[in-house]
Amino acid sequence: MHKILSATFIAPDIKRFTIQAPKIALKRKAGQFVIIRINDVGERIPLTIADSDSEKGTIDIIVQGIGKTTKELNTLQSGDYLTDVVGPLGKPSHIENFGTAVSIGGGVGTAIAYPTAVALKQAGNHTISIIGGRTKEFVILEDEMKKVCDEVFITTDDGSYGKHGFVTDLLKELIETRKIDFVLAIGPIPMMKAVAEVTREKEIQTVVSLNPIMVDGTGMCGGCRASVDNKIVFVCVDGPEFDAHKVDFKTLMTRNQSYLMEEKESLEQHDCRLNSLSSEQGSVGTSQRNVILSN
Amino acid sequence: MPEKISNKERMKIPRQVMPEQDPLIRRNNFGEVNLGFTEELAKMEALRCIQCPKPTCVEGCPVGVKIGEFIALVADGNFLGAAEKMKEDNLLPAICGRVCPQEEQCEIKCVVGKKNEPVAIGRLERFVADYERETVGIRVPGLKPKTGKKVAIVGSGPAGLSCAGDLIQMGYDVTAFEALHELGGVLIYGIPEFRLPKSIVKAEIDSLKTLGVEFITNAVIGLTDTVDELMQNGYDAVFIAVGAGLPYFLNILGENLNGVYSSNEFLTRVNLMKAYRFPGFDTPVFNCKDKNIAVFGGGNTAMDTVRISKRLGAKNAYIIYRRSDVEMPARAEEIHHAKEEGIEFILLSNPLEFLGDERGWLKSVKIQRMELGEPDSSGRRRPIPIPGSDYILPIDMAVISIGNGSNPIIQKTTPDLQYNKWGNILVDENTMKTSKKGVFAGGDIVTGGATVILAMGAGRKAAAAINNYLTQVNRIY
Repeated sequence: MHKILSATFIAPDIKRFTIQAPKIALKRKAGQFVIIRINDVGERIPLTIADSDSEKGTIDIIVQGIGKTTKELNTLQSGDYLTDVVGPLGKPSHIENFGTAVSIGGGVGTAIAYPTAVALKQAGNHTISIIGGRTKEFVILEDEMKKVCDEVFITTDDGSYGKHGFVTDLLKELIETRKIDFVLAIGPIPMMKAVAEVTREKEIQTVVSLNPIMVDGTGMCGGCRASVDNKIVFVCVDGPEFDAHKVDFKTLMTRNQSYLMEEKESLEQHDCRLNSLSSEQGSVGTSQRNVILSN
Repeated sequence: MPEKISNKERMKIPRQVMPEQDPLIRRNNFGEVNLGFTEELAKMEALRCIQCPKPTCVEGCPVGVKIGEFIALVADGNFLGAAEKMKEDNLLPAICGRVCPQEEQCEIKCVVGKKNEPVAIGRLERFVADYERETVGIRVPGLKPKTGKKVAIVGSGPAGLSCAGDLIQMGYDVTAFEALHELGGVLIYGIPEFRLPKSIVKAEIDSLKTLGVEFITNAVIGLTDTVDELMQNGYDAVFIAVGAGLPYFLNILGENLNGVYSSNEFLTRVNLMKAYRFPGFDTPVFNCKDKNIAVFGGGNTAMDTVRISKRLGAKNAYIIYRRSDVEMPARAEEIHHAKEEGIEFILLSNPLEFLGDERGWLKSVKIQRMELGEPDSSGRRRPIPIPGSDYILPIDMAVISIGNGSNPIIQKTTPDLQYNKWGNILVDENTMKTSKKGVFAGGDIVTGGATVILAMGAGRKAAAAINNYLTQVNRIY
């Protein structure tokens, strides 16, 4: 059992948790994730470790409530417990001094991009961050990014904050005005795909973090397989980060919709139960990372 | 019971039939298929054993259970005595009695079996274990004085459990690390409830806990702690028993379509995560109801998978295998049970390509018919494609069940271990020692995918070798 030490909404339906997990806090590197289970009937869902404090023995995860499990997770409060937390899983991000590195986070993807941006900065890169959100209130981790990055740009789809437009519009502008050596893009699949298309023609090394449905997270089940460079990879042990120019995004998107019907059923049941409990928390929640990012 | 019974009379007793659930009923539930011997049936079956002076059956048992001795106790009606005798060599008898391929191990060597059917050793083993558990509860053997040495076991599957059971009895402090949130490895995520009830696995693991084995779940050795860190943290030896655990795919077109699974994923969702009780449990699995399901492969895992799909409501459930039924690696009993439950066997058939709809969902498979040619390196007749025999079979879900490679996590994080080209850890066959000092390995990570009892045999061998190693280390200082 892992105690939740703090739980705060940082955007609508997006909650940041600090969880007691000393061993993981000590070992984890940027890009790695944990798998959690919130109770004895719960599913195993992967969540990227957004931050950690090895002295306090804590890790942070940032969760958007879309499906049943993430919604239920986001009703948990400081002092509650998670039944299982296992990790750190996956390969750490490949970090080196590329020169100028741009880290792009779309929506809750910014939470996943953040630790790698920190590592890129520590490795000596001139680090630029682009944070994208649907509207102003979905722009997250701006202050944190500003602390570690040399430059931070914001875009919103509706123009309510920062630049009006998509992260790719801003990326194109940056590429035109200066030499970019490395791009990290994490967010909804269409966003990652769009970034890959922008950098492909400029031959800029680009990495994306994939978000397939997982079960065990240790390579045992093969459920998280994706197609990269026309080969089957298991994202949990071979990734989660891959060369954006070689990823088959269409297959990833399709496979992430394997359980749409079941997710709907599960969620309806959950909402039903919440309503009948007339919970004061009833509004928020999240889904699996994979659902969030694929929609 | 007759006081004196001649071998001739013993040989006249027919092999007793174990009651089982009616196939038409059981294919709709997850309850256990085999119901076990009654006391009367067990005694009668035990009388069939002629108590050979040189029991060849024991040679066939990877853990050397004293078969004749425990069966004699069953014949006398001393079931608890039989359980004790059994546990001198096997602390997990209720599991082994259910999942060991006895027909290829002890029973194939049974002398009675030369003329008649062999003594049903496996069923007696199961009976004895169940009798003890259900009457007085599992009793645990005594422990030797503590040695003060600590052993880490990586993986809580059959190899890890049997090794832990032996070492704790020898006086070692034993910690077993499990990557998943439940203990038991393949016994929990792989083998379905109807063949091995999870409550029985839990009960036998609990008996190891009673003996003092410490279990730590959610610990992925290699990531949470490396093997080197275990040694630095005070473990005097490490036994790596992580299983196979990296499913092979066919590498044909369409394998990433929705509705295509590995057996490992399908089984894990159903067995470990209880997807068959969705939405009561949160994890879903493909909705098999009234669908056409194809499982590719001919092993026990394939049989488990296809029989689950039937229980989940499949309209047609197929085993598709590229050789004939003679070459099938699955246990005869599993094939028999599958056929009884209405599973269709499409033999000498090889998948060429999965075909999907515009939304990326599996709709059919292109199958090529095969014929058998000359024997290959495995000694089995090699399947050869029949040109022009392709046809399309409509299916909604496909499960690939063609075996496992080795999991890369230990390999990537323990570079000074030696591996073969398939990533299996190389060990000395007699001592289970790896190339790394104090580190031993056994089970599927060494042999590639095999059986539960072979893994248990490896675990016991490793326990003996670890004891030997740690005793010698003692002498040096």
